[in-house]
Amino acid sequence: MIGTVAPRRIESAGPAVLVLAALAWLALLIGAPMATVFTQALSKGLGAFLDAFKEPDGLAAIRLTLLVAVIAVPLNAAFGLAAAWSIAKFNFRGKAVLLTLIDLPLSLSPVVSGLVWVLLFGARGWFGPMLDAGGIKIIFAVPGILLGTILVTVPLVARELIPLMAEQGADEELAATTLGSGGWTTFRRVTLPNVRWALLHGVLLSNARAMGEFGAVSVLSGHIRGLTETLPLHVEALYNDYDFVGAFASASLLAGLAIVTLVAKTALERAGRVAAAKGSAL
Amino acid sequence: MTLTVDGIAKRFGRFPALAGVSLEARDGEFLTLLGPSGSGKTTLLRVLAGLDKPDRGHVLLDGADFLAMSARERRVGLVFQQYALFRHMTVARNIAFGLDVRPASSRPHRSVIKQRVEELLALARIEGLGGRYPAQLSGGQRQRVAVARALAVEPQLLLLDEPFGALDTKVRKELRAELRRIHDATGVTTILVTHDQEEAMALADRVVLMNLGRIEQIGTPEELDASPASPFAFEFLGEVNRLPCQVVDGVALFDGFTAPTLGEERQAGQGEALFRPSDVRLDAAPTADGLPVRIVAMGGRGALRSVECQALSGHRVSAELPEHLAGQFEVGQRVKLTVRRVVAKVTNPSPAERPAPLAKSA
Repeated sequence: MIGTVAPRRIESAGPAVLVLAALAWLALLIGAPMATVFTQALSKGLGAFLDAFKEPDGLAAIRLTLLVAVIAVPLNAAFGLAAAWSIAKFNFRGKAVLLTLIDLPLSLSPVVSGLVWVLLFGARGWFGPMLDAGGIKIIFAVPGILLGTILVTVPLVARELIPLMAEQGADEELAATTLGSGGWTTFRRVTLPNVRWALLHGVLLSNARAMGEFGAVSVLSGHIRGLTETLPLHVEALYNDYDFVGAFASASLLAGLAIVTLVAKTALERAGRVAAAKGSAL
Repeated sequence: MTLTVDGIAKRFGRFPALAGVSLEARDGEFLTLLGPSGSGKTTLLRVLAGLDKPDRGHVLLDGADFLAMSARERRVGLVFQQYALFRHMTVARNIAFGLDVRPASSRPHRSVIKQRVEELLALARIEGLGGRYPAQLSGGQRQRVAVARALAVEPQLLLLDEPFGALDTKVRKELRAELRRIHDATGVTTILVTHDQEEAMALADRVVLMNLGRIEQIGTPEELDASPASPFAFEFLGEVNRLPCQVVDGVALFDGFTAPTLGEERQAGQGEALFRPSDVRLDAAPTADGLPVRIVAMGGRGALRSVECQALSGHRVSAELPEHLAGQFEVGQRVKLTVRRVVAKVTNPSPAERPAPLAKSA
């Protein structure tokens, strides 16, 4: 690791003012909206708040959101590992192209990430008539929501792993091979443990994004209540119906997810630093 | 285990990394592959380890086809310059790895592995470090772990790729002696790659000197020292001076003196002589034979002193003299210079004497 200069302690007024200004700005931008979410959700008492989760459409939205995350996140983790492994440990033609493609969803508006699937699989899309004939529904159905979510979240795990794996190089794997270890054993006992903290980190980010994605999913969902609405879409629908307590109650779930993600991320980073001090690296 | 390498060639794109290399390592022998970067020594090591596939040639280990085996099957101990220890495992787990990953049918019992690890920790003189992680060790300790890990699988061949390159001089010399001791204790046939001629000469039973993907010379350190096969070998194995000369019948003619030539140059003509500072002699007597030079600088401490001389032609020669001889001279003095032996490189053969082209010996 490259040596870094330890930050100094604040001893004079100038830096203290700057720090306070930064904190105030963050409180205004993030603290106030977060507080609003929870106060609005609880504005008519705890009973009304809890009622929002008894409503069948709300439950369906939670279930669908979990389903999407449960499918999209492992797929992203698997792809991210495979992509990072091939990019970091091997040289091949088209490596730069692959790297750029992995980054593409990050610079693409989520709406576009949704629209491309409509263009492919929608009723007037390239494969639409074919799918129609087969009775397969992708757009305005759960498969479409999944595709949109995966496209938006696909870079997150790979982006976490590529720099770390590139820095670690392939020597440990070569050493394991010469010691008689097979490909799978090497992956399981050498490659994976060396990136486990970064992988978890990527999975966490990918999960938060998969559960919270709005733009792409909005294009693909068709907004059928109780069937194709994820939690973020459900929040919007309730809000448009002037059901503010319901909207903010559902929103508080997403906000809660964000807080849990942040805490877990911080804990992971700390665990990674401890491990790095011992030898394993984040 | 006797290793036979026969006609190995390997290209990377258009670059010939190895251009037909043949050698033999006897059972229990310690070979060093010595050469500048790009000489192919590391590529040869990777071919032996099974990490690179040669384009042509054969490798036999005790008569068995080694190239037909995968890196995993070869049971070769490989030690890397950057150690390549498993960073998330303790030292003991690192050393045990090669035994741990064996299929259940051939894996030793846990207590056996534990005992083997203890033996190896003792052999590498790192007892008590078994519970540490690689990041908690010094560079020298890490390399000891790497050697112990490679030996754990009782390799048929121990290969080391510039193992001391990342260490400071003192640790390097210490580890060099340790490695030789470990080699002698285990008797494993060992091949070490280095670009450091001092290291190669100090460690090896025989040195394999490589250049541009070919073997320049194979021999014991004494043989390489006494009879370098080529100007390249001579130059690579120590410090050299250069002076223009005329070569006739294996004798180099200079202004005022002559010197016998070493090596295989058989042509006659104009050329250049290479010679070691330790083969230079100076004489203060005005009537003595030799090239007239002026002493321009003196330096060094201890038993050997260096004396810098400059000829009238402007050529500089550095001489290495014992302290008591160097003491007779001073800076600015005019003396006569002679050389005990040289390696000559004829660049411009005299047309009359140009011989029929000889078959070039390897």
